[in-house]
Amino acid sequence: MKISEVSKLLCAKMICDHQLHAFDVEIGYSSDLMSDVLTLDTDNLLLITGMCNLQTIRTAEMADVHAIVFVRNKKASTEMIALAKEHGICIMESPFTMFKASGLLFNAGLKPVY
Amino acid sequence: MELNFSIEGGDFTQAGQASSRVKKVLKQLGVDPKCIKSIVIALYEAEVNVVAHAHRGQIRIQIEKDKIITIIEDEGPGIPDIALAMQEGFSTASKKVREMGFGAGMGLPNIKKNTNELQIDSVVGESTTVKMVNYF
Ligand SMILES: Nc1ncnc2c1ncn2[C@@H]1O[C@H](COP(=O)(O)OP(=O)(O)OP(=O)(O)O)[C@@H](O)[C@H]1O
Ligand SMILES: [Mg+2]
Repeated sequence: MKISEVSKLLCAKMICDHQLHAFDVEIGYSSDLMSDVLTLDTDNLLLITGMCNLQTIRTAEMADVHAIVFVRNKKASTEMIALAKEHGICIMESPFTMFKASGLLFNAGLKPVY
Repeated sequence: MELNFSIEGGDFTQAGQASSRVKKVLKQLGVDPKCIKSIVIALYEAEVNVVAHAHRGQIRIQIEKDKIITIIEDEGPGIPDIALAMQEGFSTASKKVREMGFGAGMGLPNIKKNTNELQIDSVVGESTTVKMVNYF
């Protein structure tokens, strides 16, 4: 699924460089626990989370996650945006709950990790 | 090649500085991406553990032709029962740590999974030393 399609489905504001809009994610993972995100070894993962801090971006950097949706209307700080840009991570901000965002993406064909 | 870092306990914004740097260096050296990911995840978990559980720490990294050796030494409460701490789900993390998205008791098992050699030594009330080796 194209990142631009994700942002459309979730009415999400997209914060990333333009060339990133075209890349694909195949698998979704919804969690507020970075401890769990670090145990995954899945490529092309979209992280759906309400945990909105610098450590979320760091975790994505280490886990090779290139796309994050912040749910429940959480806003990324300028520091987070700068770190994400530095590492080619695309950030989206959705007004939906984690449940609604996950449901919409699942329906649209995004696969679960397990 | 040698790299050194220091970490302050409690300062979550610092966790990831060493792993981020190491990731860049290993990429430049052309190490296999899967291998880089394991090394970086293990180092990041160890960094977060110092920030979450200890007072301050030192990281010493040695990159050789065929392997990377990382030693993370901290001053802190130490680990009374290392075997217990290695179990998935065991955590003494504070509320503050949990609010940051950590403290599920998954870090040490994840370090084990992502390293070729792991040795943890601790003196209760004083220090913890984590030594990790990964072969390229
Ligand atoms: N450097 C350390 N100093 C003191 N205690 C530690 C240290 N590292 C780990 N521990 C102890 O071992 C426990 C388990 O560590 P582990 O990394 O597996 O989980 P966690 O840090 O609590 O949570 P998570 O890693 O999932 O975010 C910790 O809760 C803590 O009690
Ligand atoms: Mg930990």
